[in-house]
Amino acid sequence: MAKSNKPIIWFPFAAGGTVIAFFIPVIVLLTLLAALGHVPAGLDYASMHALADSGLGKLLIFGVIALSLWSSAHRLRCTCYDFGLRADKLVANVLYLAAAAGSIAAAVYLLRI
Amino acid sequence: MKERLIQLEVMRYNPDTDTAAHFQRYEVSCPEEGVVLDALNKIKETIDPTLNYRWSCHMAVCGSCGMMINGEPKLSCHAFLREYAGVIRVEPLAHFPIERDLVTAPDDFIEKLKRVKPYLIPKEPKPISAGEYLQTPAQLKRYHQYTLCINCMLCYAACPEYGLTPKFIGPAAIALAHRYNQDSRDGGRDERQEIIASAEGVWECTFVGACSEVCPAHVDPASALQQVKIASSIDWFKEHLLPGGGK
Repeated sequence: MAKSNKPIIWFPFAAGGTVIAFFIPVIVLLTLLAALGHVPAGLDYASMHALADSGLGKLLIFGVIALSLWSSAHRLRCTCYDFGLRADKLVANVLYLAAAAGSIAAAVYLLRI
Repeated sequence: MKERLIQLEVMRYNPDTDTAAHFQRYEVSCPEEGVVLDALNKIKETIDPTLNYRWSCHMAVCGSCGMMINGEPKLSCHAFLREYAGVIRVEPLAHFPIERDLVTAPDDFIEKLKRVKPYLIPKEPKPISAGEYLQTPAQLKRYHQYTLCINCMLCYAACPEYGLTPKFIGPAAIALAHRYNQDSRDGGRDERQEIIASAEGVWECTFVGACSEVCPAHVDPASALQQVKIASSIDWFKEHLLPGGGK
């Protein structure tokens, strides 16, 4: 029996799951605070812009966005399958392409800063 | 001892006479602190000797009396009557073919269990004169929890992935393969990986976690499967990205 090539999909999914667990609730909270006009010290526009302007900052932001998108796409694919949607190839293609498109958009925006 | 009138709705199926399974209602008086298995035993002794089910130890160690109780996989010797109100519905374990009444055919699980080689495969032959294998408490801790599996198959009845994809090797067999892979005395991991890292192995698992919720021995098979996924991913990257397959 041949070993599966699933790790290519699963490993970024697992990494994304960890990123989502650690970063996304904090990002949601900070974005909400910022939207309500309470920008925490050190997270003002100028310093966030400086972060997105640096190479390491770009890489970090891209990593968080791309891995989170990939993880969500794969989770949604499994959920579709569990709910009985058996067109797995189609579902996988649509969701992974959406995640890839989001990641490319993030890269383009980051490179423009 | 205070007695309570218990109503049970038991799934019946006789392959010789029935074309489909049906439910039969029984009423029996049982001690309040009894379990569902006590109620079944009393039915068999006093009302209906034709009722079929498996059981042996009556103390949650043999793993024979697994059945669906109100839709949940449980050992009937560990399902306390005081936790159920109204009619208790008893069915055979989900996802396994029914042989008769509450008796299911475990052949698929047994075959999968054999395939994952759940026994020590020593790295090299060691004569008895060379003495015993020594293990530190830390080495024991890596696999000890997974030795507690009693092969009751409740995790297979709970696993929606096994229900959807019967070729999935499933929680208990993969957790037992992991138990031996984690053992410092063992050298059989490569042989087991051929089975558990295949498409029908660990990758069918979507981490629903129901296996760990229903496990009567608190084995946490879901954790074993996630550890197998990480180890198998590292293997894959080593085999495909490192020169010489990382050997």
